[in-house]
Amino acid sequence: MAMKRIGVFICHCGRNIAGTVDVKRVAEEIGKREDVVLSTTYVFMCSQPGQKLIEDSVKKYNLDGVVVANCSPTLHEKTMRNAAARAGLNPYRVEIANIREWAAWPHEDNPEAATRKAIRIINATIEKLKANASLEPIEVPVIRRALVIGGGVAGMQAALDIADSGIETILVEKEPTIGGNMFRLSETFPTLDCPQCILTPKMNDVAGHPNIKLYTYSEVDDVEGFMGNFKVKIKKKATFVDWNKCTGCGECLRVCPAHADSEFDLKMAKRTSIYIANEQAVPLKALIDENSCIRLQFEKKVKEGKIKPKKNVKICSKCADVCEPNAIHFQNNEEIVEEEVGAIIVATGYEVMPAEAFPELGGKYPDVITSLQFERLLAPSGPTAGIPRRPSDGKVPESIAFVHCVGSRDPQNGVPYCSRICCMYTIKQAMLVKHAMHDAAVYDFYIDIRSNGKGYEEFYHRAKEEYGVNFIRGKVSKVYRVGDKYRVQGVDTLTGRIVEVDVDMVVLATAAKGSSTVKEIAKKLRIPYDEWGWLKETHLKLKPLETPVGGVYIAGAAQFIKDITDSVSQGSGAAAKVMALLSKPELEKEPLLAKVDPEICAGCGRCKDQCAYDAITIDPVRHVSVVNEALCEGCGACSANCPTTAIQVVNFKKGQVIRAVDVLAEVF
Amino acid sequence: MTEKKFDPVIVGFFCNWCTSAAADLAGTSRLHYPASIRPIRVMCSSTVDPVYLVRALQEGADATILGGCHPGDCHYITGNYKARRRVAIVKTVLKSLGFDESRVLLEWISGSEGPKFARVMNEYTEYIKNLGPSDFKYLDSLGGEKLD
Repeated sequence: MAMKRIGVFICHCGRNIAGTVDVKRVAEEIGKREDVVLSTTYVFMCSQPGQKLIEDSVKKYNLDGVVVANCSPTLHEKTMRNAAARAGLNPYRVEIANIREWAAWPHEDNPEAATRKAIRIINATIEKLKANASLEPIEVPVIRRALVIGGGVAGMQAALDIADSGIETILVEKEPTIGGNMFRLSETFPTLDCPQCILTPKMNDVAGHPNIKLYTYSEVDDVEGFMGNFKVKIKKKATFVDWNKCTGCGECLRVCPAHADSEFDLKMAKRTSIYIANEQAVPLKALIDENSCIRLQFEKKVKEGKIKPKKNVKICSKCADVCEPNAIHFQNNEEIVEEEVGAIIVATGYEVMPAEAFPELGGKYPDVITSLQFERLLAPSGPTAGIPRRPSDGKVPESIAFVHCVGSRDPQNGVPYCSRICCMYTIKQAMLVKHAMHDAAVYDFYIDIRSNGKGYEEFYHRAKEEYGVNFIRGKVSKVYRVGDKYRVQGVDTLTGRIVEVDVDMVVLATAAKGSSTVKEIAKKLRIPYDEWGWLKETHLKLKPLETPVGGVYIAGAAQFIKDITDSVSQGSGAAAKVMALLSKPELEKEPLLAKVDPEICAGCGRCKDQCAYDAITIDPVRHVSVVNEALCEGCGACSANCPTTAIQVVNFKKGQVIRAVDVLAEVF
Repeated sequence: MTEKKFDPVIVGFFCNWCTSAAADLAGTSRLHYPASIRPIRVMCSSTVDPVYLVRALQEGADATILGGCHPGDCHYITGNYKARRRVAIVKTVLKSLGFDESRVLLEWISGSEGPKFARVMNEYTEYIKNLGPSDFKYLDSLGGEKLD
């Protein structure tokens, strides 16, 4: 059974491998094995001639197994398997020995050790390969529906593109309205478009699209299944208002006596307890904030037994009294709905660090705010109608300081990376201040101006030359209160002098991070993320939209902070990936799944206990374990718990792994 | 021979989704760690039978590392919890045989933690170097012979 005519192909990868690993010696050593009939090297195994070499060799030497020693199997396993398959060899008789990422690169300082390690990895791979079975992929049906998580500009673009192709798309947004952070902005760089003007058509398209099912004020509660067959539970959060009846007239808002900070205005304004996210919200529906509503708080306390209501007490129902369609019912209408989809796009966007995180830069003062908050003060639709006013006293500021890189490029106080969009939006904000108040003094403290986009550098020069913004190259060390003003202390690194300016307001361009909800969602989808909350793509350069989980894609700032142009492009890109996946009626599933040998299985059920997918049942008649191939994911948890080795993962059998371990553990 | 520098043998079982990806990233980032780490990719940390770990020690390894996804982040939902229990059992058994159980290490290294991968490999190799060669093969309780 074991393979006896194995071909081993060792890739130079230019100098990436051959520069460290002595590939000739590796080929000679491996060639000494009795079960290897061909051991050779080639400069680029992934090139057309490299693949041809495999094809020709399979035929010429009648190979029954192939090991390609090259890069990570995530890159070229498929390439090599396809090459072998073209020559008639079952693709599952091809294994990759990763001697680039795992030997040549980490040990480039020690070529001898790298060479020996490469030989060992190849030998271990051969031992594993020898008992590989020929397999055929399993075909599973595909659900032709998609889910997009996040209704910002990237998510909306993705949903629209997929829906336009005729595929039903579900869009889930945690806020009561779609639009995301873009809808909060005043104007966009470098064109100075008004986002409320350019985004509302898209928002209305989403709401009115026959193929889009929109869930706002909803969250993904649970995800099960696999590529092509996901089961998603969506939690529709309690609104206490019947949205089928609500017309969005806003009468209730005018009578509500309770208030809370506006989420949409990022605490720059108050809203009533029953509220509509903003005037252009899609959908335009009212909802009640449980934590500030007088009635709901009262009812909660009564329920908890904290207060005992007097008889016939009249408790606030002002909103319901004026509601003509009778939409307000005060009932907790939280609901879980289930949807089945074939593919998922995560477009959860970004957040910025709060100003309070930077007390030394005055983050504790009311007039020291983040740039995103300042966007609301600059927005014509915002609480100050586009003329910024100080949050503390409502005064129109005569002087404003902008501070770049607050927390960005600063691993001690924030994050190590550049937040990418701050330079451009700060320049824009400085310009807009000049638009609104011609005589205002504007100081812009920067470390470097990074304006790397179409029209960006020109935009920066306009701000400098046409608008007279004072750009000061240097980091701000301290912001503190002096009377009615804030003193900004920094250094001008171009002149080497200490700079001190007294201003009415300070705007901090704080570092961007992934959305605070993304970690929860990532865990449910089992996709990786980093410590800053950015989702990890499969390959930064070549697979920026893919995740390691098949059928799950990333779009927009969920992957890393990016501007609107890039977010929209990624939204469309991820949509294209989903459309390609859902264009086929059936998907091929890897056949590397658990398999039971009924001759040995005693039906004890220990494998069943281990299975996270409920893929194993015990046949009541034969009293043996049975694996449902559609559900099995091939993790192998069952096999490690089997006392008799009856259940094993195909091509990862215990004997195979142990033979490989023997090679690895051997003392040379 | 006695003067020869001790170069430990450490067999690493790395799960396909997290720690193998971290090993790839460490390589791509040209982060250096000792070649004493001898890696094998497994689909999930939960597929690592305790037998694999013991077998590695028996066949000459001075230590073994099992690398999986962080708790809660397992690609297969709960595989890493299962692995954690299995490793705990292996350690208990080894300890009861009079063997230093720190020669079996379980680490959570996610796919984005290339630097952590390199750091763990460096630190653990250094640790095992200080600990000296494993005497597992000659343990009296195993009869001093290979169990095959």
